[in-house]
Amino acid sequence: MDIPYTVAVRPDTGLNNGKIAIWLFLASEVMLFGALFAAYVMLRVGSTSWPAGATYLNVSLATLNTVVLISSSVTMVLAWASLVRRDFSRFRLFLGVTILCGLVFLVIKYFEYSAKFHHGYLPRTNTFLAIYFTLTGLHGLHVIGGMTVNAWLWGPGSALWKTDPAHFTNRVENAGLFWHLVDLVWIFLFPVLYLL
Amino acid sequence: MGDAHDHSDLDRQVRAALLVFACLLALTAITVGAWRLHLPTRTAITLALCVAAVKGSLVAAWFMHLVAEKRIIYWVLALTAVFFVPLLLFPTFGALDAVRLH
Repeated sequence: MDIPYTVAVRPDTGLNNGKIAIWLFLASEVMLFGALFAAYVMLRVGSTSWPAGATYLNVSLATLNTVVLISSSVTMVLAWASLVRRDFSRFRLFLGVTILCGLVFLVIKYFEYSAKFHHGYLPRTNTFLAIYFTLTGLHGLHVIGGMTVNAWLWGPGSALWKTDPAHFTNRVENAGLFWHLVDLVWIFLFPVLYLL
Repeated sequence: MGDAHDHSDLDRQVRAALLVFACLLALTAITVGAWRLHLPTRTAITLALCVAAVKGSLVAAWFMHLVAEKRIIYWVLALTAVFFVPLLLFPTFGALDAVRLH
């Protein structure tokens, strides 16, 4: 039996089910990161001294990562727009660039983490590094999750385009919404951890 | 984003996305530039969070298409905000209170 309303709009919500589902999921993600941001605020306000982020962290690399992630959000929009225009080859190009940007972000993060470990800066070193590794680690896992979904849509999942292009376009749109949330979280992590 | 798109509407959305991209890059440059000025802590925090809020709003409004979304999505987000705001504020007030008591 087919899942209903994957493409057709539900009369009561005015949306397909996938769209509602992804927004409910994103709402839960907002609460997850919100709880960790609240933990950061509590730890910082309750601390007698708090190091400037730049004491431990590389602001230049983080700025580069911000640009990379923002760029990946635009290419995600362009990938979806290409599908709406029925241009599958451009879709693959833009989604490929999005995946590549995610990979570049992770490689830069790897170099950042490696430098910390090399200097003996570990989560147990102090409270600042503990919350830094928790927040950026969880965000990194989200980047990996988003890239995995995008890679599947770029590769084997794209077979759906031939049989049900509207359904496939909706899937790409929903994956894009998740990817933009990952970008949005980083937009707040960057100043909070690195600059303040 | 609606489920039916005509091409002129799509062209507008793509142009808007590219404009937002340019704004996000400029705002990132402003954030880093302000950090290099070594402003007082309170000013720096206020400025950085305001710029981040503007950037976040641009992403949510244009990349996630919240400028033209169905009402039920706004209700989902409003309900999230009802829990999210106290989640951030109550611990903060509690921690500030503890600092004052000491």
